[in-house]
Amino acid sequence: MAQAETRHTETAETVEVTIDDEAYEVAEDATVLEAAMEHGIDVPTLCHMEGLENTAACRLCLVETEEGGDPVAACSLPVEDGLTVETDTERLRRSRRNTLELLLSENCVDCLTCEQRGGCELADLAYEYDVDMDQYEGGGGRFEPMTDNPYFQLDHDRCILCGRCVQACDEVRHNSAIGFTGRGMETKVAPPLDRSLTETECKFCGQCVDSCPTGALTAKDRLGAGREEDLETTSTICTYCGVGCRIEFKHTDDEIVDASIVDDPDTAPANGDRMCVKGRFAWDFVNDDERLTQPLIREDGELREASWQEALDYTAERLQEIREEHGADAVAGLASATCTNEENYVYQKFMRAAFGTNNVDHCARLCHASTVAGLGRAFGSGAMTNSNQEIRDADAILITGSNTTEAHPVLGLEVQEAVENGADLILVDPREIEIADDADLHLRQTGGTDIAWVNGMLNVILEEGLVEEEFVAERTENFEALKETVADYPPEKVEEIAGVDAEKLREAARMYAEADRASILYAMGITQHSSGTDNVLALANLAMATGNVGKEAAGVNPLRGQNNVQGACDLGALPDVYPGYQAVDDPEINETFEAHWDADLPEEPGLTITEMIDAARFGTVKGMYVMGENPMVSDPHLRHVEEGLEELEFLVVQDIFVSETAELADVILPAKAFAEKEGTFTNTERRIQPLTKVVDAPGDAKEDWEIVGELAERFDYPMEYDSVHEITDEIAAVTPIYGGIVADRLDEQGLQWPCEDEDDPGTKFLYADEFNRENGLGEFHGVEYLDPDEIPDDEYPFRLSTGRMLYHFHTRTMTGRSRAIMEHVPDPYVELNPEDAEAYDIEDGERIAVASRRGEIEIPAFVTDRVPEGTIFIPFHFAESAANELTNPTLDPKSKIPELKVCAARIEKLD
Amino acid sequence: MSNAADPPADDGRTRVITCAGTGCVSSGSLDVHDALADRIAELEDVDVALQGSETEADADVPTVGGADAHVSGCHGFCEEGPLVRIEPEGILYTGVTTDDVDDIVERTVRDGEVVEDLCYHSPDNGIYTREEDIPFYRGQRRIVLSNCGRIDPESIEDYEDENGYEALERAVTQMDPDEVWRAVKEAGLRGRGGAGFPTGLKWEFAAGQDADEKYVVANCDEGDPGAFMDRSLVEGDPHRLVEGMAIAGYATGASTGIVFIRAEYPLAVERIKKAIEDAQEAGYLGEDLFGQGFDFDLEVKKGAGAFVSGEETALIKSIEGKRGMPDPRPPYPVESGLWGQPTTINNVETLGNVPEIIRHGADWFAGVGAEDSPGTKTFAVTGDVQNTGLIEVPMGITLREAIYDVAGGVVGDEFKAVQIGGPSGGCLAEQHLDMPMTFDSLQEAGAMIGSGGLVVMDESTCMVEVARYFLSFTQEESCGKCPPCRIGTKRMLEILEKFTAGEATADDLERLEELSEYVADSSLCGLGKTAPTPVDTTLRYFRDEYEAHLEGECPAGECALGESAGGSSETGEASEPMEGVQ
Repeated sequence: MAQAETRHTETAETVEVTIDDEAYEVAEDATVLEAAMEHGIDVPTLCHMEGLENTAACRLCLVETEEGGDPVAACSLPVEDGLTVETDTERLRRSRRNTLELLLSENCVDCLTCEQRGGCELADLAYEYDVDMDQYEGGGGRFEPMTDNPYFQLDHDRCILCGRCVQACDEVRHNSAIGFTGRGMETKVAPPLDRSLTETECKFCGQCVDSCPTGALTAKDRLGAGREEDLETTSTICTYCGVGCRIEFKHTDDEIVDASIVDDPDTAPANGDRMCVKGRFAWDFVNDDERLTQPLIREDGELREASWQEALDYTAERLQEIREEHGADAVAGLASATCTNEENYVYQKFMRAAFGTNNVDHCARLCHASTVAGLGRAFGSGAMTNSNQEIRDADAILITGSNTTEAHPVLGLEVQEAVENGADLILVDPREIEIADDADLHLRQTGGTDIAWVNGMLNVILEEGLVEEEFVAERTENFEALKETVADYPPEKVEEIAGVDAEKLREAARMYAEADRASILYAMGITQHSSGTDNVLALANLAMATGNVGKEAAGVNPLRGQNNVQGACDLGALPDVYPGYQAVDDPEINETFEAHWDADLPEEPGLTITEMIDAARFGTVKGMYVMGENPMVSDPHLRHVEEGLEELEFLVVQDIFVSETAELADVILPAKAFAEKEGTFTNTERRIQPLTKVVDAPGDAKEDWEIVGELAERFDYPMEYDSVHEITDEIAAVTPIYGGIVADRLDEQGLQWPCEDEDDPGTKFLYADEFNRENGLGEFHGVEYLDPDEIPDDEYPFRLSTGRMLYHFHTRTMTGRSRAIMEHVPDPYVELNPEDAEAYDIEDGERIAVASRRGEIEIPAFVTDRVPEGTIFIPFHFAESAANELTNPTLDPKSKIPELKVCAARIEKLD
Repeated sequence: MSNAADPPADDGRTRVITCAGTGCVSSGSLDVHDALADRIAELEDVDVALQGSETEADADVPTVGGADAHVSGCHGFCEEGPLVRIEPEGILYTGVTTDDVDDIVERTVRDGEVVEDLCYHSPDNGIYTREEDIPFYRGQRRIVLSNCGRIDPESIEDYEDENGYEALERAVTQMDPDEVWRAVKEAGLRGRGGAGFPTGLKWEFAAGQDADEKYVVANCDEGDPGAFMDRSLVEGDPHRLVEGMAIAGYATGASTGIVFIRAEYPLAVERIKKAIEDAQEAGYLGEDLFGQGFDFDLEVKKGAGAFVSGEETALIKSIEGKRGMPDPRPPYPVESGLWGQPTTINNVETLGNVPEIIRHGADWFAGVGAEDSPGTKTFAVTGDVQNTGLIEVPMGITLREAIYDVAGGVVGDEFKAVQIGGPSGGCLAEQHLDMPMTFDSLQEAGAMIGSGGLVVMDESTCMVEVARYFLSFTQEESCGKCPPCRIGTKRMLEILEKFTAGEATADDLERLEELSEYVADSSLCGLGKTAPTPVDTTLRYFRDEYEAHLEGECPAGECALGESAGGSSETGEASEPMEGVQ
């Protein structure tokens, strides 16, 4: 199955150029500046930046050619055979000195108090060219600094107008939140009409800040926190969404003070030179004063500090009591999609081998359980078939149930790049989300009707002969069943069910089927339904019928939500499988693991999250061990969750903060955050990437695997590891898809699974030759549309949907403690269509009540046509107006994922 | 006056043509026209109706016995406006007001008599009846402006009557595209926008580009203060531009042309838009022109008023809706211009010459003007001269001929200097008066033809102040992109201000020279590279004035220093030497 990664190497023709009397062979498409840089010839520049167009603005890279005349900018001079240039003549040095003296005549030289001290490209050149600082009286102080946004400031006195920030916004971000205004000496970088950036389309990705060569653009958290020369630089993997961005941190020993894209984008295969607001600005929770530093034990209802010894002894004692009295299955555990692979591996090993239960699950149950189930059935494994950077090469992209630009901002940029490259974009989403602006077709289906429109597309594809016959014949089975099912879904019927215009549906079907390389991107809009698994199967049908899977840039791509949700699934933090999706109830596999782990292992699959909560409510589960999860905000029907957790005899929570869940715990164990540890994360494209420790953890916090190990010792099951790398290697030994992923091999490029042995370079895209099912074929499944569990009625006339927003993450354990984010977006909201608002006499910003059959919350209304009439949307991040008080815990029978995406609700105006 | 165009068909009708160029309009010519039209209509029944108007196609035009009231574009003789021309006699009335309308209609139109009071009276008391005899016109050679002041710019028929669109038809139906650019190349036509790049060569490059879409752009972003050549041409003869662009499109393989025109030229915008509509209707623009499978159409984009947008790459950005900021070259616009496609950008006057080249042949054109700079050049003459206005003269005539013979000589004191080529041009001195004006000779002298501004200055002008004035313009118009232009010109300006305040030192003079050379050397685009030219040329030809300022004296007594010292200025006027500049 493994498909060797084929690196695209261009063998460009070369030409000979002479630079400063030396002849060089250089690529024919290089500029003189690139040729010089490649050969270590120092040509100064302040406006050139890799990844951005050359603008020749700074005039420092001027060189002289044989032709004579005015010097020309090396950055915009293409090489040609026989070209001769001089880069360091007296005339050029004079010109550069003049340029630098002029720049410095307008720029402040407050180097003593500048954050950028030690990293300022202007200061470095001023030194190199020995400029006369007193040449001019000069100006400066023309403009007030721009400080009116929570994230960063622009000090115009430090700005040399190199234009890199403006280009970064335009060329990388496809935005134009900032530009040049004014003429002559009044020229400055500013948002249009000098508005605050918060009033523009700025998404605060910080690309502009990263591109600044001086101290003009500076993150506000950086101010006063350290000068460049005082700080260390370490890169590691972001802890937010599943994209897996590599980020460079500036830090002292124990504090992070700044974050940026890495110097060399080639060392960041998941994100290149892109980042989002959370990765760039919302790391400050790591430094937060409320971080847990000591174990805590609840005594007489109050939490008190305890030693590790005491806390672990007490925890082991309580859990053993429960096991002795009620059996091992009376305890359940939640692993964590934000912990490392190693920690999840050790955790599930502890639960299974040391404690003796398969009651292990984690929040993947709430996001992509149906993906794992659905794609597992259709293809043989449940993960993105392609890589992040293949998205830009697709000819058509179908996005459904993914608010890509907000939930996976860096992938949103990939999609926009694809569109720039000419790809057709089809969006199927009830909401007018941001990416709709880039879409060629936007089908706004009624929430919960996905099988209908997907079957409808397949109906058109069959009807119009757009099936990829050869692929279907050779690579798949059970096509007849599909044909039979979708015959019942002509577009006109689909229009009735899903509210999607029949003609538009036909157009979408053709656009998708006729593309050479069509890629499906989906997320929880597809998975979080009582028909979640069938939804996923339907998309798999679509891809297989048109041959759009098993090739580069074409496939089925579930976008994973958490930094390591893919890894937690891969490493067996699920009740029914060991690491590598090996079934616990397969006697042969079970035996293998008993041998690996030297323990008797339970053979029955354990409980899922939602089942655990129910079991706790009914008293069959009496103890829980929660590692880094927060079900008190993330799970549906929160009143039930709370009841369940309160029913427990013993709850131990291991986290970095006292989360809403930890507040109910008997013992709280302080863990280290992502920036304080090593190990690996597996991102959404199946790439295993190593973490690097950035700062020391606060107080006595420990890495999760250490804590689990010390607990295991108390169960007479020693799990001692000298380092996290030993665990990485153990994973490789017991997990075939991770077979070649050993610690020694891991560098910034990471490795993509499947990677079976140490000679395997990993797999860029899946199923090139065969699927992962036993017979190697993909399987079609005829899936029928069923109504969601709850549909609007007189009492609850609205369709409530929930999801994410750009600025917050999950239960806000992290973003809720980010100064800038909280300054910018402190409050929850419910999106309400203007027509509905008018009908209920509700104004924008007005606090209203939203209720479902399970609960009621108060929340400010955001009146917007992002949502269609009759639909409301609430981001689920906010505990104080928790969407999950309202959501429906009804499960998809196949994957046990709750129907978080759609339930019936009503709204009320408050007096 | 010798015109390239043939005379209008003599149908025996009298045409009363009022100048509706911006200069005359601003002095009330439209009222004059309206009054003339009314008067002619009133008289219609009375006496001359019998001569009939059977040939008159346009019923809206009031007639009096075969007389029509028309408007025209600029004659160039703006000093004497409003102008009224009577055809076919070629009588020119100057300084006409509504009070003169009765006289004109009753005496000239009805009775065929000349109203002598309204004729041009030269300073030496000569009285000139016919426009062609006026010295201002005698020294000119009007090719590009041949229709200006004669035809109704809003009438496509008028243009057709002057053999309009014949050249386009000939090119499209009888010539291959490469024959067209070859003809332009052999004619030796050079770009009238400033640098004098060979137009045919530019077209050849563009024609050689392989692309799905190509563009032709007419650069009518005439930003120089005091320059109004392009405006006059577009206002006075818009179809000439349409025809020139269509020919350029045919030669280079473009199917879309864009007229990029200053929003500050509302009349020109209106006229070119009407011309495009009429040409579309008449089948000179659109699809499958002349049944030869050639598609070409035009659109108008208005500039946002930034001087730098006249620079080709900034102009492209501006058309694309971005801030007008220059890009480095290569790639050149003919390789990758508008929307990344090959784009031929020509100045309005350049394009205006094209139909004449096609009609009369490359040899004819090459024979006009100077050998290295064939053809004519229009200049906007202002400053201390008798006849300010718009002139068209053969390339290669001397400054003396232009200033003294055509523009009527210097008023006020003796001639001192002439700023040629707009604010980025150079200041030449008496020693250059007998130098033939060609692209190359002017460049050698440190100036340039530029867009064709000619500002004549007399002895009372302070040359340091002149440099300061022009630099202050370009300084403010810098797009801000590159440090030499943005900051370098500012520091230069500050030094010049020290000079005019009497505070400059020898170090300042040295720094000024250093910066002048540096800014020209190191700037990104033409604006920056030429911004120091007024400083550079005044330093070259009037260095003694700078040195006098170092000693605290302004020889002309005109700048701030001169004023405060009560200098030697006779007029004692404040420091605005460019007062005459429009």
